[in-house]
Amino acid sequence: MIPSAFDYAAPATVEEALGLLSKAAADGNDVKVLAGGQSLIPVMKLRMADPSLVVDLGRIGGLSGVTDNGNSLVIGAMTPHHVMATDPLVAQHLPLLQQAAATVADPQVRHRGTFGGALVHADPAGDMPAPVLATGATFVLAGPGGERRVDAADFFQGYFTTAVEEGEILTSIEVPKYTGWGSHYEKFTRVAQQWSIVAVAALVRVEGGGIAEARIGLTNMASTPLRATGVEAALAGAPLTVEAITAACSHAGEGTEPASDLNGDAGYRKHLAQVLATRAVLAAVGL
Amino acid sequence: MTATAETRPEVGTARLRKEDAHLITGRSRFTDNMVLPGMLHLAMVRSPFAHARITAIDVSAAKASPGVFAVLTGADVAGEQGSLPNAWPITPDQKAPAHPAIAVDEVAFAGEVVAVVIARSVAAARDAVELVDVDYEELPVVMDLEEAATDKVLAHTSLESNKSATWVFDSGEAGTGTAIADALANSDVVVERTLYQQRLIPAFMEPRSIVVDPTGQQITMWSATQIPHILRLMLALTLGIPESKLRVVAPDVGGGFGGKLQVTPEEVITLLAARRMGKPVKYTETRSESLQAGHHGRAQVQRLKIGATKDGTVTGLHVDLLADMGAYLGLVTSGVPILGAFMYNSIYKFPSYHFECHNIFTNKAWTDAYRGAGRPEATFAIERMMDELAVELNMDPLELREKNWIKHDEFPFATVAGLEYDTGNYEAATAKAVELFGYEELRAEQKRRRDAKEKVQLGIGVSTFTEMCGLAPSRVLGSLSYGAGGWEHAQVRVLPTGNVEVVTGSSAHGQGHETAWSQLVADRLGVPFENVEVLHGDTQVSQRGLDTYGSRSLSVGGMAVLAAADKVIEKAKVIAAHLMEASEDDLEFTNGSFTVKGTDQSTALGEIALAVFAAHNLPDGVEPNLDSEATFDPVNFSFPHGTHLAAMEVDTETGEVNVLKYVCVDDVGVVVNPMLVEGQVHGGLAQGIAQALYEEAVYDDAGTLVTGSFVDYLVPSAPDLPHYITDRTETRATSNQLGAKGVGEAGTIASTPAIVNGILDAVRHLGVKDIKMPCTPSRVWHALQEAETTGGVQ
Amino acid sequence: MPSSKSISVDVDGVTYTDDVEPRLLLVQYLRERLGKTGTLIGCDTTNCGACTVHLDGVSVKSCTMFAVQADGHQVTTIEGLAQDGKLAPMQEAFHQCHALQCGFCTPGMIMQSTSLLKENPHPTETEIREGLEGNLCRCTGYQNIVAAVKSVADGVEYGDSGVSVAESLVDGNAETAGVS
Repeated sequence: MIPSAFDYAAPATVEEALGLLSKAAADGNDVKVLAGGQSLIPVMKLRMADPSLVVDLGRIGGLSGVTDNGNSLVIGAMTPHHVMATDPLVAQHLPLLQQAAATVADPQVRHRGTFGGALVHADPAGDMPAPVLATGATFVLAGPGGERRVDAADFFQGYFTTAVEEGEILTSIEVPKYTGWGSHYEKFTRVAQQWSIVAVAALVRVEGGGIAEARIGLTNMASTPLRATGVEAALAGAPLTVEAITAACSHAGEGTEPASDLNGDAGYRKHLAQVLATRAVLAAVGL
Repeated sequence: MTATAETRPEVGTARLRKEDAHLITGRSRFTDNMVLPGMLHLAMVRSPFAHARITAIDVSAAKASPGVFAVLTGADVAGEQGSLPNAWPITPDQKAPAHPAIAVDEVAFAGEVVAVVIARSVAAARDAVELVDVDYEELPVVMDLEEAATDKVLAHTSLESNKSATWVFDSGEAGTGTAIADALANSDVVVERTLYQQRLIPAFMEPRSIVVDPTGQQITMWSATQIPHILRLMLALTLGIPESKLRVVAPDVGGGFGGKLQVTPEEVITLLAARRMGKPVKYTETRSESLQAGHHGRAQVQRLKIGATKDGTVTGLHVDLLADMGAYLGLVTSGVPILGAFMYNSIYKFPSYHFECHNIFTNKAWTDAYRGAGRPEATFAIERMMDELAVELNMDPLELREKNWIKHDEFPFATVAGLEYDTGNYEAATAKAVELFGYEELRAEQKRRRDAKEKVQLGIGVSTFTEMCGLAPSRVLGSLSYGAGGWEHAQVRVLPTGNVEVVTGSSAHGQGHETAWSQLVADRLGVPFENVEVLHGDTQVSQRGLDTYGSRSLSVGGMAVLAAADKVIEKAKVIAAHLMEASEDDLEFTNGSFTVKGTDQSTALGEIALAVFAAHNLPDGVEPNLDSEATFDPVNFSFPHGTHLAAMEVDTETGEVNVLKYVCVDDVGVVVNPMLVEGQVHGGLAQGIAQALYEEAVYDDAGTLVTGSFVDYLVPSAPDLPHYITDRTETRATSNQLGAKGVGEAGTIASTPAIVNGILDAVRHLGVKDIKMPCTPSRVWHALQEAETTGGVQ
Repeated sequence: MPSSKSISVDVDGVTYTDDVEPRLLLVQYLRERLGKTGTLIGCDTTNCGACTVHLDGVSVKSCTMFAVQADGHQVTTIEGLAQDGKLAPMQEAFHQCHALQCGFCTPGMIMQSTSLLKENPHPTETEIREGLEGNLCRCTGYQNIVAAVKSVADGVEYGDSGVSVAESLVDGNAETAGVS
């Protein structure tokens, strides 16, 4: 319940934060970057993480909020889930992210927890990574050498591991608009506030009575979020029928390596992925 | 408002709670809120291993840590800590390992305390815990109950077997019924099943907390406990402290559900630490510690055989239990399965019954009372078996039950388990439940979904139940080798202002005793509800009592309150007669006043109390007080009953289940406060449904509790539970003057089998015969897959 | 030893300035330093919600924030909800609807319920339940809590009879509210 002792710094600018990170690295100090803290603080309370320095991004201006950038929305890394779930720009252009954000944990956690924090934490069962992966977003990282941009496809590298290097900070995420696409986030849990057992994010473009293009993200089907490429390929050009969509989504378990735990074994999760993918796509196209 | 203006009786009224005002404003007095001058804090060093020998403990670094005053190991306190008590040796040859509060040589479950740090702050204590260096020599662990029963691996090196005791009841031997072997041999059908009662964690919301103040003449312990009186006695016996030198206070207590019916290692350790330091000491467990080291519940393997004739008349029931004690015997660990022994025949007229229970040690946290304690396990078993039998005989499950249950005109009824049920009306409760539920309509909807082969199937789960409440007639407890009686104590005092103080030995932790007891006394003494103050939970205020568990408070504790109130009236009558210069025989007591019959001459209780206080004009030989006390020992248990119906949807694609409709009709006897009764039913339903669907304490093979936090031990929140439709029928209990039966455990008992029966009813036509609890989506889906591949009936 | 930080926090209308260790959780600051023991701790994994307070008007779990993060912010606890000796509507509704038993989850439950209605003044029963997903109660089975929140949303005004009239407050729920 009580973390190990640590030093705390709340820089006012990104530059100041980067300076603190590089100094800590030089001093050999274990440093953690604190965003909303809704995953980090519980882990520190259980003493599963005991950094010697915590750098709190909470006092840096300009890291929170959603701005319209033409073909994309630029979302500040410190934007709380609650804002993601209620922001009109997100609702209009990225309803998938709006819907997924509304399923994260519980209302109190959504008030504090941040979009960027959840992405950098990269819990395979977290609800933001798979939808963001499906959108093909670009991650903007600030580091000692300046700004670096990473494609979503390269961002999630393993269990709780991302492309964010030591000394770097995720400052924003540029997400292409999917205005007019059908979308749905289908989440499966045993109790409401649980992490996803499996979830499926679906973005579907319907054109001329058929599916023109689909982008499908899978939550908790491997150590990282995955694109269900087999499903995406099968959906492209598929007619808008339950049968066709169900058949296409039978590929959802391909290439996945889900864990087995109290909530289900890998075989069950692979099965769930198919069922949930079907439901997500059907909901996305309004069937 | 004056007493005489009050026309509506308090009993039966949904009085809002007196308890609420401080709890809704944050002026609570939970133990962890307490701060005393110079108070020190504890943190426990707990074993990460489920079974190991302690070979060395180095506390030097921890002792040198900033703010640390002392570090104590089991060896340091070996001469004074004694062995934690088991009050229920169920057989004369029951085996049990010694149970030191701090392990000395050997640990037998992960989470056992091996050392304690005493420091200036909680943070300093926690920091130092990481510096205590314990060397363990790991020993083989036995985690599985059925495997433990084979004795291949021993949970304790000090015992030769994992078997603690075997307890048997046989109706043939007891003369309450026929011999089971003959009964089963003469049956047309015998259904045999093995059912599993998973291990649960009570998970009260307030983690356990203890403050001990050793300063002054007495040692005072504040503890988040259900049992301040029993705790005081047991601490005295365990530690050799004169009882009169101990005061135990249970202030606001945040739920218990049996989980705080215990004498804990942490209580003993906090007391020993405070005594050593000469300073107040506090220990509050974290939730992880609570889940890991607080006692668990249930954990049984139930091997069952039920026989019947072709027409559905049950001929006999054979019950063979393995009960998981965990690593130690807590206060009533060994007796919990025995509380169920009398309930397997439930509401039915079985001619023959055999029960045997084998209590077995494993390397897990010890089990003990959890809401219902033995009775939910029994009810689950028989209600699941009645459904299995109904399937075997192709009968409607309600029809089978009705064929076998005791009819309302057959009470009092001597059961095959040796109890005498006083009253009940199972027909009435069931009829009401069936009507509220829309049984026929839901059966039709079930058929429609089956015929249409819909993905979401519907099942109807039936469960009836009765339980033995009002624990308990002391003589019966004696015959079962329990170490105490089952009476309850109360005091009633009329103060000079006319206000009434009621002291009860049955201290509440959420139930609403202050409100209900006020209602009882307001009616009996004719004083306003608001003028009654109920005191409890402090052994210096409430000197005698046996505390709160087993749905006993109203039917035993409430009766003691009424008996004490009656004594006050008798005392006051003598004085009233004197003051009004009338004969006692000419007085009648109504609405809080004595009136001389046939006149308008009267005197109110408050006036008498003031006269008693002044004591200027009392009859010779009458003592100047309006105080009384009474102890009530029930002559019999009480037997609430009910019928619960659950409409369960099963998504055959995902295995997800959903409670579409839940109806329960309970008969808890006469109701003092329907609002409180309703609340008890709701909470009980939630916990019973949680057993069916969500909760299980899971250990890995090495002995680590996998469900060691609320991330994995799934206590349901509001969206996970249904809206309950509840109603009542009422037959009076005859074992107490109030006619009350008890309600604290009812909802928990019947809801678990109703839910599981409903799930199975939804998928039985697909070939599924059983699903272990909790019925997780994964388990339901796997059961469906298995049925499909083994060619289940389509 | 890591250095302490000076913080200034408005709690229930009073500004406190204190030196705190960075690791001190907001809930510990409230309970141990300010004596605001009305806010309770029920778990160590951000699940139970017993510690819920309002930070600048929105609900947060005070066990999952460091006190230093509250520097310059405004905190409202269960102890600051009643104004001028009058209970807040949600407190009154919890009492009237028998929405508490042991009372341990109650401070957090009331704070979250209040926040819920601020964000969604007219929720459905499902929305109420989902809005309380981060708060565990072991006593009530939640039904009366849902009824209490709904009654506040519906603007129900309670009399002072001292007797529950809760049954009339929940749609189609006459048989469930405990008054016979």
